[in-house]
Amino acid sequence: MSLRSPLGRVLGLGTAKDGTSHWWGQRISAIGLLFLGLWFAWWLATMPGFSHGDVVAVIGRPVNSVLLLLLSVTLGYHSYLGVQVVIEDYVHAPGLKVVTLLLSRFAHILLAAAAVFAILKIGLNA
Amino acid sequence: MRRRYWPLTTIRSKRMSNHDRPLSPHISIYRWPITMVLSILHRVSGAALSVGFVVLVVWLFDAASGPETYAIFLSAMDTVIGKLALVGWTFAFFYHLSNGVRHLVWDSGRGFEKQQANRSSWLVLISAVALTAVFWWGAS
Repeated sequence: MSLRSPLGRVLGLGTAKDGTSHWWGQRISAIGLLFLGLWFAWWLATMPGFSHGDVVAVIGRPVNSVLLLLLSVTLGYHSYLGVQVVIEDYVHAPGLKVVTLLLSRFAHILLAAAAVFAILKIGLNA
Repeated sequence: MRRRYWPLTTIRSKRMSNHDRPLSPHISIYRWPITMVLSILHRVSGAALSVGFVVLVVWLFDAASGPETYAIFLSAMDTVIGKLALVGWTFAFFYHLSNGVRHLVWDSGRGFEKQQANRSSWLVLISAVALTAVFWWGAS
């Protein structure tokens, strides 16, 4: 006999109230980062130089701009999901937990926005 | 040689004749399985990479801000601490990536046998060190 309500069974969200979306989000972004990350590592290792002129010229190339945009957003999302789990594991006081989670969310959105703006600014100026 | 750890409770009862019996590990006196080391390292490297993400964004932002701001970033990275941090982040990155692939394989339901998990542990460590070495060899 199941003790779950018929509505709960239909919604299929479990006790965490958001079902398997966290798990899936983490896996899908991980697969994206597998490719974007390897590209980024290769891109950094073969960079002609790290002077301001070099870096701006290379970031501004359309292919690099687009891949960097994807990397920044996916990385921010994946990092947020990971930090969320760490906070949920170690911060137990309910109020502090919510505040820490919100701060982490704001920080990640801020970082992603800054990265997107920087890449667009360099890319559109080039 | 395998080290033996004596839980406190056993030391107290050593005068008893059966002190050579197999010991159950105590919570803090415990030989870490390799899989446990990798699991902890996955979280630690992930946290380190979240900090590395901040530095990546600062790098992009400073590059967009102009040569003067970018010069400050470069001089900060061109220190012993900065270089050590960069090497640490590349290792954390390649480790987290390699072990992440291991997690994806696990998600498909494969590789859970003890032997397989131990073997994939070493494979991940070798892969992380090798990729880090190749990266810095390619970068220099």
